[in-house]
Amino acid sequence: MKLYFKLALRNLLAAGLRTWLNVIVLSFAFVAIIWSQGLYRGMSRYAAQAMTEVELGGGQYWHENYDPYNPLTLQEAHGPVPEPLAQLIQEGRALAILIVQGTLYPRGRFFPVLIKGIDPRQQILLFPSRYLENEQSEEIPAVIGSRMASTCGLKIGDTVTLRWRDKRGAFDARDLRIVHVMKTSVQSVDQGQVWISLDLLRKLTGLEGEATVITLAKGVNFNEAVPGWSYKSLDFLLRDIDEVVRSKTIGASIIYIILLSLAMLAIFDTQVLSIWRRRKEIGTLMALGMTRAQVIKLFTIEGAMHAVLAAAVAALYGLPLLSFFARKGLGMPQVVDSYGFALGERIFPAYSAGLVISTVILIMVMTTIVSFLPTRRIAKLKPTEALRGRIT
Amino acid sequence: MENEILIETKDLVKIYPMGRHEIVALNKVNLVFRKGEFAGLVGPSGSGKTTLLNIVGSLDSPTSGSAVVLGKKVEELSPKEAARLRNENIGFIFQTFNLLPYYTAYENVEFPLLLLKIPASERKRRVMQALEWVRLADRANSRPAQLSGGECQRVAIARAIVKEPAIILADEPTANLDAENSHNILQIMAGLNRQLRTTFIFATHDDKVISYLRRKITLFDGRVVRDEIIEQERKIDENSPVREARIFK
Repeated sequence: MKLYFKLALRNLLAAGLRTWLNVIVLSFAFVAIIWSQGLYRGMSRYAAQAMTEVELGGGQYWHENYDPYNPLTLQEAHGPVPEPLAQLIQEGRALAILIVQGTLYPRGRFFPVLIKGIDPRQQILLFPSRYLENEQSEEIPAVIGSRMASTCGLKIGDTVTLRWRDKRGAFDARDLRIVHVMKTSVQSVDQGQVWISLDLLRKLTGLEGEATVITLAKGVNFNEAVPGWSYKSLDFLLRDIDEVVRSKTIGASIIYIILLSLAMLAIFDTQVLSIWRRRKEIGTLMALGMTRAQVIKLFTIEGAMHAVLAAAVAALYGLPLLSFFARKGLGMPQVVDSYGFALGERIFPAYSAGLVISTVILIMVMTTIVSFLPTRRIAKLKPTEALRGRIT
Repeated sequence: MENEILIETKDLVKIYPMGRHEIVALNKVNLVFRKGEFAGLVGPSGSGKTTLLNIVGSLDSPTSGSAVVLGKKVEELSPKEAARLRNENIGFIFQTFNLLPYYTAYENVEFPLLLLKIPASERKRRVMQALEWVRLADRANSRPAQLSGGECQRVAIARAIVKEPAIILADEPTANLDAENSHNILQIMAGLNRQLRTTFIFATHDDKVISYLRRKITLFDGRVVRDEIIEQERKIDENSPVREARIFK
C-alpha cells in the first residue's frame, strides 16, 4: 500500500498546475465547511448560554396549563407554588415567575403584552431585576427590553398606562413607569413583555403566592414529579434553538455543497482525462506486471490524494484564518435579530476536533468515490490496446 | 538447463473481429523457443509478429491453440496470474520506449523491482548495475524528456533486464532510432543475451536487427513461412560494460 501512495503522490505532484488547481478548490471546500459549521456551532453555543443565563436557568417547572405558544391559556396558567419548589425558592435555588396578559397604552396606541413578575432580589438569572427594587411610587416600576422600547417608543422615565385582569377577570389599570431599558440578545425576555416586581404583580392580580413558571438555578439537580406542574429540562427548552440552528446550517451548507461539487467535478474530470491521456502508461504498468485491480487502486489513490494535499493546503491558510475568526469573532448584522434566538453583536465560531475530523473524513470519502468512478474503465481495458494508446 | 524449452506454441490461432468480418492474425503457429535464444519474428506489417509477442508475453490470449510459457498455459491464466508471470519472468521493450514520464531513469528501472518487493539496498544495487550495463549510470537522475531516443531505449532495456527475466520481448525496438543508436542498443542486448543467457525475442522488420539475430522466424499472413538458424554471429563490442558484467545472483 505504501508503494501505491508513494507512486500516486509522485504522479500527482508531477501533474503540476492541474493538481494544484484541484487542490486549491478542494481546500476552499475544507475551510468553508469548517468555518460555516464552526460559525453555526458558535451561534448555537452563544444562544444556549445567553438563554440559560438570562431566562432558562438550569431547567423549569411549568404550570400544567402553561403553553408559551398559546396566550389564551395564560388566564388559567398559574397556581400556588407547590411545597418542594417553594422550599427551593426559599433556599435561593429557584425563582418564581408569574405571567399574566395585559395591555400597554403608549401614546394613545395599545400593545398586548405579557406582564411578568420577577423577584427583584433574585440572583439566579442574569436579569436586571434589581431596578424593580425599592421603588416607592404610585406608578408601577417596570423593566422592558430595548426592542420593546423601540416598538412602543418608550424610554427610561416614561410613564404609560398598563391594563390587566385580576383573578376574578375584572379589568384594572394603573400607570407604569419605565425604570430601566435592558439591552439583551435574548429576545424571549424582551419583545412584547413588561417585567415588574413579583410581589406587586401578585398583589395587583390577587394571585398571592402563585406562579406560572419556576426557574431552577443552574446546577440544581431537581426534577421530581410535582402534581400540577411539569418539569422541562434544559435540553427540552433549548430544542427550539437547536432546530433553528440546524435549519440555518442546512441553508449555509448550500455554499459549501456548491464548492465541494465544483471540486469533485474537477477531480472527476481530471481522472477521466488522466485515464485517457495516460492509457499508454496504463498499458505499460500492466506489461510491467501490475494487474488491472492494482492500476485501478493506483489511480484511485492518486485521485484521493487530492484530498490529502487539499487538507494540507487548507491547514496552511485555514488555521490562521479560522483562529483569527475564533479570536475576533464575526460582527452580526442587525437582521439576525429576525432569526428568533439570542445572538450577540459578535459571534465567535466554535471549532472542535470532531468537526475537523468529520469534515476531513467526508471530503476524503467523497474524493475517493469520485476518483474511483472513472477508473472502472480501466477494468475493461485490454493491455494490448492500452499499449497502442487505445481505449476499448 | 542449456536447451530448456521456455516457450512452446501449438496450433496457435488468434482471430480479431473487425466489424462483420474477422481478421486471422495468427494461423496455427507452432514454435518452440529455448533458453538463451536471440530470435526474431520478421515479416511485413500485419503478419502477426506483435500478436504473437503479445500472446507469448501473456498480454493477450489466443483464440484457440496453446501457448505454454515457462510451463504455464497462457490461455488458462487468470489476469492476476498473467500479471505475475509478466512481473516475474518477462521483460518488455517497446518501439516507443514506454517509459513512465514523471520518473527518472533510475526510478523507471527500479519500478519492476518495487512490484517484486525487492528490499531497498538490493534494489539500488541492481538498478545501478543495470544502468551501468546500458551505459547510463551517469544519467540516472534524468527524466525521459531530458534523454535522447537512444538513451530512452537503453533505459527501457535496463528496466526489462533489471529483474533478471527469463524472457525479454522486444517489439520493434529500433523503429524510432537512428542507425548508430540502433546498433548501440543491439550491441547491448546481444551482450546481455550472451552474458545472462536471457532469451530475447524480437518483432521487427528492421534489417539492422535482423543482422544481429541467431534465429529468424518469418511470418506472413499469420503463418510461419520460414524458421532458420543464422550461423554467422556478430561480434559484440569488446568495450561494452556488459562484457565485464556479472550475473546478478
